[in-house]
Amino acid sequence: MANANLAGLQRGSVAVVGAAESDLGQVAQGTHPMDLMAQATMRALEDCGLTLKDVDGLFVAATQVRMGPMAFAEYLRIKPKYFDGTVIGGSSFMTHVAHAQAALQLGLCSVAVIAYGSTQRSVSRAAASPRDFNPYESPYRPFMPSTAYAMAAMRHMHQFGTTREHLAEVAVSARKWALMNPKAWEKEPLTIEQVLNARMVSYPFTVRDCCLVLDGGGAIVMVRADRAKALKKKPVYVLGTGESLSHANISSMPDFTVTAAKESGAQAYAMAGMKPADMNMLSLYDAFTITPILFLEDLGFCPKGEGGRFVAGGTIAPGGKLAVNTSGGGLSYCHPGMYGLLVMIEAIRQVRGECGQRQVKNCNVALAHGNGGVFSSECTVIFGAEATL
Amino acid sequence: MSSLMEKSPLGVFQAHLTKGELAYQVCHDDNKPFFYPRAHAPVTGSENIEWRISKGFGTVYTTTVVHYKGEPPLNVAMIDLDEGFRMMSRVEDIDPMQVKIGMRVKFRVFPGTDKAAPYPVFTPAEGK
Repeated sequence: MANANLAGLQRGSVAVVGAAESDLGQVAQGTHPMDLMAQATMRALEDCGLTLKDVDGLFVAATQVRMGPMAFAEYLRIKPKYFDGTVIGGSSFMTHVAHAQAALQLGLCSVAVIAYGSTQRSVSRAAASPRDFNPYESPYRPFMPSTAYAMAAMRHMHQFGTTREHLAEVAVSARKWALMNPKAWEKEPLTIEQVLNARMVSYPFTVRDCCLVLDGGGAIVMVRADRAKALKKKPVYVLGTGESLSHANISSMPDFTVTAAKESGAQAYAMAGMKPADMNMLSLYDAFTITPILFLEDLGFCPKGEGGRFVAGGTIAPGGKLAVNTSGGGLSYCHPGMYGLLVMIEAIRQVRGECGQRQVKNCNVALAHGNGGVFSSECTVIFGAEATL
Repeated sequence: MSSLMEKSPLGVFQAHLTKGELAYQVCHDDNKPFFYPRAHAPVTGSENIEWRISKGFGTVYTTTVVHYKGEPPLNVAMIDLDEGFRMMSRVEDIDPMQVKIGMRVKFRVFPGTDKAAPYPVFTPAEGK
């Protein structure tokens, strides 16, 4: 009953002790992605009372910094004993949590920092995330990644009767949460009609079905559980992790309505010894309105095909049955290119009880799910408060 | 042992296209067709691979219409070929919004230019 990929990981052996965003939105011209990484890292260290001198594990992924751990170690002038630069898109950082847990458990490092930064709004998405040329896809000029997710949405609509209104409901729910998050980019209410009538990007997606394109970054600090309690904030323990690679290019996705979240979720639940009903809130990577719908299905919150009908009527909005993406998500809070670190930071803050107006009551367990590429890499982390150990 | 010194998978694929043929590969170890073309078959890792020519008929698996600013709407679709492989392509000779999942389509070559290689596209083939 262990994580199939990382069978040696032990539930609750490590904890997140520090978490912070960098400045978000549109930063000053000339800001480097590593300026944002450093800002977030120092804020996350301040959050837990550790210093840069304590950091001996470094985990970095960024599209604008090709050799992340090396470049960021130089920026900080530290010599980490252990480092990992796995880049699998927006879910990279969930993978880093699992890999940091392994390194911490083995004593390969004792204070691990996971960091990300992007200036994609300032420099343009094309410059921040240039795409590989693929002779079997590029000639057709798909607008990636939107076109890939749009084709998944179309297949889901065809097979299960999901509607554009169902998709829009995800954006509207996210916006309602965002209005309770002072750090969210979007400040105005949003209606289903506004989503449907916005500029078309790749059918069935309008621009309101697509995530924001913003500058931003984040960092978290992890230590072994025995050290976590002595630090400033309540530790948030890693109860379960799961990682799964399905494909890289959308043409190779086996079934456009089923994601590898089925596998990463099953691994995370098994390691945590928990089930979907045990989760108090979900932080689901919402690059597009279809993504939380598929993840709700594949992570076991509704049957396959029911995701659209599940979110209808405000189920995942404030006051609904299931708290999802309470930050406002990538759709309304912030999406800096690879959004997975911010996905986890919201889950961590909910378990700490730091979310103010949008705080989920008695939130002891939160699931953070990351997605990378075009439904290509799916990684799940379950976080828990001390009471869950 | 096969060699990559003289022919590449993409090179063979494009050579067939210039003859008006849609080529794909089958692994003889597990008898499964696959696409995109590779030097070694997926799963088996085998180089015991045969090139075959598709009859060119397929079904739209999914579709979208891309809206680039200042350009007409552009279809992008995934096509399931009858031989059992899937590829990204475009359905032409039809309003992009009228390309429907389940629609039957027929392969043709979109001709290359000095700068770009030819590539496969599809047209509606109802009843085929």
